[in-house]
Amino acid sequence: MDRRTFLKSSVALAAVGTVAMPYVARAQGTGPIKIGLMAPLTGVVASGGREMVDGFNMYLDEKGGMMGGRKVELIVEDDGANPDMALQKARRLVEQNGVSMLCGNLLANTGLAVANYVKGNGMPYFIPIIAADELTQRNRIKNVVRVAGYTGSQFPRPLADWCLKQGYKKAATISQDYTFGQEQCGGFCQTFTEGGGTIAGQFWHPLNTSDFSPYLGQLANLGVDVIFAMETGADATRFMQQYSNFGLKGQIPLVGAMNMTDQSVIRTMGSEAEGVIVAAHFAEGSPAPVTKTFVEAHMKKYNKYPSLYGFSMYSGAMWLDEAAKSIGGKVEDREAFLAAVSKTELTGSPLGQTVKLDAYGNPIYDVHIRKVVKNADGKLWNAPIANYPAVSQFWTYNPETYMKQPPYSRDFQGIKKG
Amino acid sequence: MTPAPTPAAAGKPSFMPRLGLAAVILGTLFFAIAPLLVPTYQISILTEVLIYAVLAMSVDILAGYTGRTPLCLGAVFGVSTYVTVYWTSTMGGSPYTGMMLGILAATLVAAIFAILAIRTTGVYFLLLTLALGMIIWGICLRWTSVTGGENGLRGAVRPAELAAHMPFYYVVFVAVAIITFIMWRFVRSPFGLTLRGIRDSDSRMRSLGYNVSLHMFIAFTVAGVFAGVAGALYAMFNDFVSPSTVALTQSVEGLLMAITGGVGTLFGSFIGALAIIGLENAVSIYTERWQTVLGLVFIFIMIFAPDGILGGIKTLLARKRG
Amino acid sequence: MSSLNTFQLLNGLTFAALLFIVASGFTLIFGLLRIVNLAHGALYLLGGYCAYAMASTTGSFMVGILAAMAAVAVTGLILDQGLLRFVRGHELRQVLLTLGVGLVLNDMMLVVFGGDTYTVPAPEFLQGALRFAGMFYPKYRLFVLALGVLIFILLWVLLNKTRLGALIRAGVDDPETIAALGINIRRIFLLTFMLGAALAGLGGAVGGAFLTLYPSADAEILVFSLAVVIIGGRGSLVGAAVGALMVGMLNTVGQVMFPEFAYFVIFGPMAAILAFRPLGLFGRTA
Repeated sequence: MDRRTFLKSSVALAAVGTVAMPYVARAQGTGPIKIGLMAPLTGVVASGGREMVDGFNMYLDEKGGMMGGRKVELIVEDDGANPDMALQKARRLVEQNGVSMLCGNLLANTGLAVANYVKGNGMPYFIPIIAADELTQRNRIKNVVRVAGYTGSQFPRPLADWCLKQGYKKAATISQDYTFGQEQCGGFCQTFTEGGGTIAGQFWHPLNTSDFSPYLGQLANLGVDVIFAMETGADATRFMQQYSNFGLKGQIPLVGAMNMTDQSVIRTMGSEAEGVIVAAHFAEGSPAPVTKTFVEAHMKKYNKYPSLYGFSMYSGAMWLDEAAKSIGGKVEDREAFLAAVSKTELTGSPLGQTVKLDAYGNPIYDVHIRKVVKNADGKLWNAPIANYPAVSQFWTYNPETYMKQPPYSRDFQGIKKG
Repeated sequence: MTPAPTPAAAGKPSFMPRLGLAAVILGTLFFAIAPLLVPTYQISILTEVLIYAVLAMSVDILAGYTGRTPLCLGAVFGVSTYVTVYWTSTMGGSPYTGMMLGILAATLVAAIFAILAIRTTGVYFLLLTLALGMIIWGICLRWTSVTGGENGLRGAVRPAELAAHMPFYYVVFVAVAIITFIMWRFVRSPFGLTLRGIRDSDSRMRSLGYNVSLHMFIAFTVAGVFAGVAGALYAMFNDFVSPSTVALTQSVEGLLMAITGGVGTLFGSFIGALAIIGLENAVSIYTERWQTVLGLVFIFIMIFAPDGILGGIKTLLARKRG
Repeated sequence: MSSLNTFQLLNGLTFAALLFIVASGFTLIFGLLRIVNLAHGALYLLGGYCAYAMASTTGSFMVGILAAMAAVAVTGLILDQGLLRFVRGHELRQVLLTLGVGLVLNDMMLVVFGGDTYTVPAPEFLQGALRFAGMFYPKYRLFVLALGVLIFILLWVLLNKTRLGALIRAGVDDPETIAALGINIRRIFLLTFMLGAALAGLGGAVGGAFLTLYPSADAEILVFSLAVVIIGGRGSLVGAAVGALMVGMLNTVGQVMFPEFAYFVIFGPMAAILAFRPLGLFGRTA
């Protein structure tokens, strides 16, 4: 089979045909840094995947296509939002293209499949979007690092605390039925019930539920003070629309996971999304000067506000760049590079705060409670209304005791019976 | 699919045995030597080709030899993958027992499907099997406590000594060679000839006193066994399973491979699998529009080459000689 | 927490109404032309995107619906005359060809519209909820229910009270006789194909306003429509209505009461029906 390599450093797009050649030996610090970037460019979450690539490229473009003093050869592969395909592409990037690191993937299932693969061969794998708790907790894989990402249960905890402060006592959750959703709901439920609240009901629906009416019917009858919803992509759009159409908006306050009110969702929506409150490290409507600069630059380049996907990949690229710089660009030395990534403290990110990793490879953030509002241009965005400093994936718990409890699942939500 | 142009009355394979033998030897040689000539990554692609060829052959048993086109064997394949991975990861069992259980489960599912589907023919058979496959997919997706839902299951099926691509390839190669031989004997057996009789005329076989339903049931179940074998090998290949392994696309691709090779030719499945997987890999390097290419291939084959590659060659040869 | 009430009943009914609109087009084509059009879902999605584009530029929901129906009918015309004519008479080749067309159309729509989720803007008077019997219910869904009933009546009148309908019905039962009578059966076939496609477009426009439009919406609606037609039987309008009601209700029941086996609840009964009545509840042998 004829082998071709997809080159995409800065703007160059060159196809180089080569005859069968044993896979590229690791050259120490010469030539470009080869990075394999995987994102779902087709399938259900294709728009998020596109923004991931845009975010990474935006950073590279700003730096003239360089990282750690070397040219970057970015090889972009479509994972099709499908774990089998992600696995195949990861193999190709590592075994055929000879990349020095893998980066990306959006859906947890694709990330877990790739993580299972790199576990065996030690390839550094960076996951700014994949939030599966496990990967930086109980089943930690040393060469898998969540640069500029977050875990599923990390942000819902401060949100639950905020809800309790508003006087909400009784909550219900609705979520997509997969690990990411179970973790977010688990984080919310555990903190909410430990603070004295109760959970009146939990609903799990499959990804891509076109019709939420069966669930909304049940939610409306529970008599709760607040509803926590964990939705991504098209489900998020539909959920908020139908929530409003069924007359629940304005009756029961809606809070949720940050991905529900991400730009990738609300930019095609109207007033249905207004007023929804979530917790997140990033808020595009933040008045912090660095955030403003980044948001404006993104607007100028892509004519839209940055989404979580674009922002995270941009910051992730920055993180890798900083780490590469600290070891003189020698990223092929995996041990040294991974150590450098772990030590790096990110100061220049659009968050406007210093970010560092905890001992388990997951970042610690100041978390905003943010609300969807219309801005001066008449567009929806997330504006911060409260702040929780230095929130780690372990919240207020001791990591070791915390990890003794089982991972969140549909059956274990950390709910404290009171 | 329209049945391949085999003279149904004749008991012999339709084209010159010597030529056929030469082609089989050539094909075997190709798959035996190819991994020595290509870079590591392509060895894993070739492994996939062999595994999918078995799936395509199982599709061919139904589509080519009984004249009923199934759209559920991808799901049957996936059942085997799920059970194998589940056995090794969640239950912590041995991979070989896991694979046996996987094949057994696939056989069982196929037998149940067979009972439901054998009364139907033509598009109804296609639609019913499609729906049955969807049930499997729906269960794998939603029965989170067992199947891991959307995230699937990560397994430990592949033993350490087979971790490298090369040894694993040859294990699969030997396994597939044996399976292919068995399938070939199966379709050429008197039983296989009866199936062709059913394909050509259901009612004639019935009036000749054949128990058509029983024959269909057995054929369907046997196809399930082989799909299960492929699925178990796939579990070992990927060490991972998720709903996309039992999705409709799996059945569709299996069918497309069988058709591209030529239905009713059995060995055509290897050509079909090689063509489709090769194309997929080549195309995805240049463009993200793999789905469009796949669709165009479908349209093209349906309009211009419904007999597939091997079927087309056979027709050509038959025309020349005849 | 898993109770069924009026509210859930209405949910099932309104979803069934949408399914009926889409599946009636499917069953017409299947009944008369013997084509299982697996591109029907893609036509639905195409209709939705057209309606979205037109309705948001002109500001009129009505224009959006008409544009969707017209555009999809034309697509149907091209599909029938441009591709399907080459495989006439080969049932399975037709099915697999439309499967290929569906894949291509779906991917092309992803190129044109991107992966973002769109909603066809519904007119002002259909937004919000009605309050009755002590509960809120979205006006739009009630509109879909009414539209489903209206389409059923229109199609029933068309099939049973007009000359064209008589010809179509005769064509479903006995295409040879119709042709022998010297009637241009091809033209009736083509008209039916376009009508069936237009119904998919209408479904997309209407469904796109409450179920939204996104890259895999076509496959979902296709699977549901298949279930409806398989249950109802090829070419039967009443069958499509009964099938839609069954699938709509089972979908709601499944989601509420057996979330882990929701698909089984829909497709299990379908498989059972097909196993015992291979031609569906209202299907007749040709």
